[in-house]
Amino acid sequence: MALLEVKNLKTSFFTDAGEVKAVNDVSFSLDRGKVLGIVGESGSGKSVTAYSIMQILAGTGKIVGGSIKLDGQELVGAGEKVMKNVRGNKISIIFQDPMTSLNPTYTIGKQLMEAILLHTDRDRKQAYERAVEMLRLVNVNEPERRMKQYPYEFSGGMRQRVMIAMALACEPEILIADEPTTALDVTIQAQILELMGSLQKELGMAIIMITHDLGVVAQICDEVVVMYAGSICEQGTADEIFYHPCHEYTKGLMRSIPTADTAGTKLQPITGTPIDLLNMPKGCPFAPRCDNAMKICIHHRAERMMINENHAATCWMNVKNAVENGEIELDTKGGDDLG
Amino acid sequence: MTLAEKQPLIEVKHLKEYFNISTGLFRTKPLKAVDDVSFSINKGETLGLVGESGCGKTTVGRTILHLYKPTDGEIIYEGKKIKSREDIKAFRKKATMVFQDPYSSLNPRMTVSDIIGEPLDVHKLVKSKKERMERILELMDYVGLNSEHAARYAHEFSGGQRQRIGIARSLAVNPDFIVCDEPVSALDVSIQAQVINMFDELQEKLNLTYLFIAHDLLVVRHISDRIAVMYLGRMVELAPAAEIYDHPLHPYSQSLLSAVPVPDPKIARANKRIVLSGDIPSPLNAPSGCPFRTRCKYATEKCGEAMPEFKEVSAGHFVACHRVAEIND
Repeated sequence: MALLEVKNLKTSFFTDAGEVKAVNDVSFSLDRGKVLGIVGESGSGKSVTAYSIMQILAGTGKIVGGSIKLDGQELVGAGEKVMKNVRGNKISIIFQDPMTSLNPTYTIGKQLMEAILLHTDRDRKQAYERAVEMLRLVNVNEPERRMKQYPYEFSGGMRQRVMIAMALACEPEILIADEPTTALDVTIQAQILELMGSLQKELGMAIIMITHDLGVVAQICDEVVVMYAGSICEQGTADEIFYHPCHEYTKGLMRSIPTADTAGTKLQPITGTPIDLLNMPKGCPFAPRCDNAMKICIHHRAERMMINENHAATCWMNVKNAVENGEIELDTKGGDDLG
Repeated sequence: MTLAEKQPLIEVKHLKEYFNISTGLFRTKPLKAVDDVSFSINKGETLGLVGESGCGKTTVGRTILHLYKPTDGEIIYEGKKIKSREDIKAFRKKATMVFQDPYSSLNPRMTVSDIIGEPLDVHKLVKSKKERMERILELMDYVGLNSEHAARYAHEFSGGQRQRIGIARSLAVNPDFIVCDEPVSALDVSIQAQVINMFDELQEKLNLTYLFIAHDLLVVRHISDRIAVMYLGRMVELAPAAEIYDHPLHPYSQSLLSAVPVPDPKIARANKRIVLSGDIPSPLNAPSGCPFRTRCKYATEKCGEAMPEFKEVSAGHFVACHRVAEIND
């Protein structure tokens, strides 16, 4: 059984301007010891998916449908008491900005011990020892001295290490990392990714890595979910997504990243501007920006289709290709929609 | 490229920019944000400037435009040294800047046409209202903005479109040279590619010269002819783009380039990253000698004694490292 099973999750924000469907019918599962990457641009719903799992949505946000099962236990509607036990203890989260996610008025030690005292039976002395041990685990030099310091005395990379130490202090089964390296420089990013990779192997936890950086995904993830405008476009193993993308959006993303080979040539950007979540089109949300959009894309959203056992995509192009290759036959009634 | 075009458009010689930081009552200490940096950019060329936050790359860009008064050193534009107020004013008609953050670099109380038209008014480049509007619409057309949007305010646009407004503003004075300070780092990947292509097209069309400052090394590699790497206020390596990517010589450039996450799982798994230990030191307490020696695995005693010279090791490839010959053997 999968450790975490998210099924048909729907999360909306109810604003004055109307309902914003930030997460719309998202399903995925995460096995023990695996790293799942959720990739998407701003507004794609990747962070809201994570906040929904932790149930730490902002005031106007609400899970309106679907199920989230941790080890078989349903979390949607389980109540605050259950969630308090889940957060920090079973699932931990680290946020994007290490500069603002620590409290500037408390010492690092106090903030680290708080989580340990709250979630375990350790007394203050044991909690202190555990905190020092965690700082050592994430390669912070002189942990005893560092325990007495305040966040302003730490650099960005160091603060993110402290956040990781805090998140791992109670040995969670799942670590959600929401853009953990976006605010950091590449050399520090390499340190943090290396650290996360080795801790993951050492402690055997599962990681959900939320990022917009396909380079980070390639480096650390086993499986990938690609999101656009609140829905999943494509999901599968990292190799499948990178080497055989089957959704026009993923293909466009891959084409638009500059690499060593693109120097001196034109990049092939995705045209148009990101979608307005308040005015979602009826069909495929990516259709307005898709160069290969067909009539059917504008009117009907594609169902999730299995490309092979490790790969699923939500794009009509796969049907078109299959028809053209003679793999499937279409019922002629609605046939003029394709093309 | 003809011989005339190979002339340097702008030369920077021994540029220094120190900020005085208060360390107590009546006591200050200089923060050496940029320390003895020299380079030149040819006409029509793009020089990429990379480095980690705090290395001084933005300060270099701003000091060239005299947004900060240089502490020492020379900036020579088309063979003429920029010294007096008049020089600076004339220079700013030829050199402009595109800023990093498209959200905070546009005045929310001004319409798009006023934002783009402001440099025209400041430098008195247009004679009539009609001419002003024509020029604004021409500039909007250059950057792919719909002319119907001229009367709108900046908040009505997405990040990518705002960056286009910022670029149109920088083009208003008809410049030859543009300092692009992280112009695409706040944009989503799909929009980033659109803006990068636009920089390419504008360069061709208007024969522009860029100083392209960025921390995303894949973007810099794509757009630059030559790339300079900075560390702690100093330039450590400068070479043609392909050369520095294939054969970085300075240990810092080597680790910086190996740390770039490649969007290809097989390469990423096989990639041997040179992970640096520790953080960049504070520029207030820069190490003696070579600034990189505290994080360098090749550092010897000699590195702590003297500052390595920034010297040409092969044609067009400059490195500042005492042990460059030994470690790249």
